[in-house]
Amino acid sequence: MSRLQTKIEQAEQAGRLALIPFLTAGYPSLDGFWKALRELDESGADIIEIGVPFSDPVADGPVVEAASLQALENGVSLSWILQELAARKGHFQAELVLMGYYNPFLQYGLSRFAEAAAAAGVAGVIVPDLPLNEAAPLRRALALTGLDLIALVGPNTPPERMQEYAEQAAGYVYVVSVMGITGVRQGLPPAVKATLERARKAFPALPIVLGFGVKEPGQLKEVAEQLDGVVFGSALLKHLQAGGSAEEFMRQWVQA
Amino acid sequence: MRKGYFGNFGGQFVPELLMPPLIELEAAYAEIGQSPQFRQELADLLHNYAGRETPLTFCPNLSAKLGFDLWLKREDLLHTGAHKMNNTLGQALLARKMGKSALVAETGAGQHGVATAAAAARLGLECTIFMGATDVQRQAPNVARMQVLGAKVEAVESGTRTLKDAINAALRHWISSQETTHYCFGTAAGPHPFPTLVRDFQTVIGKETIQQVQAQTGWPPYLVVACVGGGSNAIGMFQPFAVNPELAQVQLVGVEAAGSGRPGCYHSASLSLGRPGVLHGQYSMLLQDENGQIEPSHSIAAGLDYPGVGAEHAYFREIGRVQYEVINDRQALNAFHALSAGEGIIPALESAHALAWVLENRGRIPQGKTVVVNLSGRGDKDMDIISEINNRQVN
Repeated sequence: MSRLQTKIEQAEQAGRLALIPFLTAGYPSLDGFWKALRELDESGADIIEIGVPFSDPVADGPVVEAASLQALENGVSLSWILQELAARKGHFQAELVLMGYYNPFLQYGLSRFAEAAAAAGVAGVIVPDLPLNEAAPLRRALALTGLDLIALVGPNTPPERMQEYAEQAAGYVYVVSVMGITGVRQGLPPAVKATLERARKAFPALPIVLGFGVKEPGQLKEVAEQLDGVVFGSALLKHLQAGGSAEEFMRQWVQA
Repeated sequence: MRKGYFGNFGGQFVPELLMPPLIELEAAYAEIGQSPQFRQELADLLHNYAGRETPLTFCPNLSAKLGFDLWLKREDLLHTGAHKMNNTLGQALLARKMGKSALVAETGAGQHGVATAAAAARLGLECTIFMGATDVQRQAPNVARMQVLGAKVEAVESGTRTLKDAINAALRHWISSQETTHYCFGTAAGPHPFPTLVRDFQTVIGKETIQQVQAQTGWPPYLVVACVGGGSNAIGMFQPFAVNPELAQVQLVGVEAAGSGRPGCYHSASLSLGRPGVLHGQYSMLLQDENGQIEPSHSIAAGLDYPGVGAEHAYFREIGRVQYEVINDRQALNAFHALSAGEGIIPALESAHALAWVLENRGRIPQGKTVVVNLSGRGDKDMDIISEINNRQVN
């Protein structure tokens, strides 16, 4: 079984949601990033999604975009991320996932990337601008080195299309909560329940995690039963931006 | 060829949340867009509202100097001043028939924004235009035109604050507004079906040109030239020539912007100087660094100022059917003045790039041949830039 799936099922056995923070690599600074990553790991993160910055992040809201541009100014590149992760291989209890737009992976070389990512201890990859129809080359490359390409589906993904994703999916399924971009929202839209129901039906064998717009545990009361894990990105980045620590941020989630 | 691809180029590299509206658009275009009624309504709008067909104009004064026959396809005479209206009327009409109540679009120089705003007003649709904050400042008259036409103009502050960032913002807007809104994409690039959709609406340029050259000149033409930013006017001109095996001997030249032309300068020549990659939903030629980050582009012609290019151009380049060349800011300015003073036609700086390639390469064109330049837009919008350059030279 996939390492990512195992990790989420361990959380489930402990009677809680898997916690999946998202953090842009090299943000707020190169050192600050490694410090925050370690704190997330030590403060109860089950999986950590590491954002690979891109100049033109079309699915991201202003907070993640700003972090991405800041990271690029800090000199972050995919090769730097892979190199530095390889140097820290085995230091983390959490499983690591890389999340980024397609072009940097493509330019690095898909097979070369799959090998380097596996060597760096990465367990999976999320590419928000790579829908089902275009994903085969990367999925094949990742499969050869044992990495999962994680499916993203949303409120407007029809059941048939979810089925098509299910035939290829591995690791977990990332359900986008809203018809929009990443970012903090007050409540979750009522349609989330229906989306999660459809996802559960289409992906009976995979953990379901919810992301986009998640700020604090209270938001999830109504849907917690339907979920196996939760992703939070913008809220964490904002917290770091305001000078807070990753450890403080994780506390509210671990206690929930 | 794979669906949505031109050879190896094209595709649909977008967030999953944008796949349903793209699939909906593809189906609507196949069904509604090909219907005789749609074709007829669009032809009527193009003729009676936008002023098609546009003339093919002979340039007697420049031709006498050059020694060959220079003809201009006059898209500058189309309503709102550029070829953009061919596409926006097509997409706006399609959007209305799909039951959409609003259009969203990106714009760089503002020409596509104005053409979208006009089409939306004409067809009773709401309209939101995203424009890089830098472009909002340098193209103020077009911002005012869009607003007068009833569009809401949103200045985009992120990234390089130019066209590519406006496209990002418009795509984001479309994710959340897709039920009611059509994304009226401005060039023959982006995710499938836009490269096909926009090209089909623009091929009216090439189809008319073929008929007009046949009727007015020594048929067939020796050379057909158009400027390439995203590439919509060029693909509209070239494609009807490229798909006709009887016209295989007609040379097609696409002209990209080389910027200042100094070594290491920013430019917009993604076909001539870029590498393949993925941006804005398509795999095509792209200006990018070694890590796959998109590089800023530059041209004196804001409408060419884009780091990518339509996938079908990348394909035509790969198979060698179209030759792609570059022209720098200074050469384009020379052509701008040559046509203005020589023939009484003020070209857009974008279109001046196409003419400039002909002027710079006059020695390579045999005497007496017919050369057609697509004059994709008029230069009124560029007068501030021209005055600024003149003032700089005086001082």
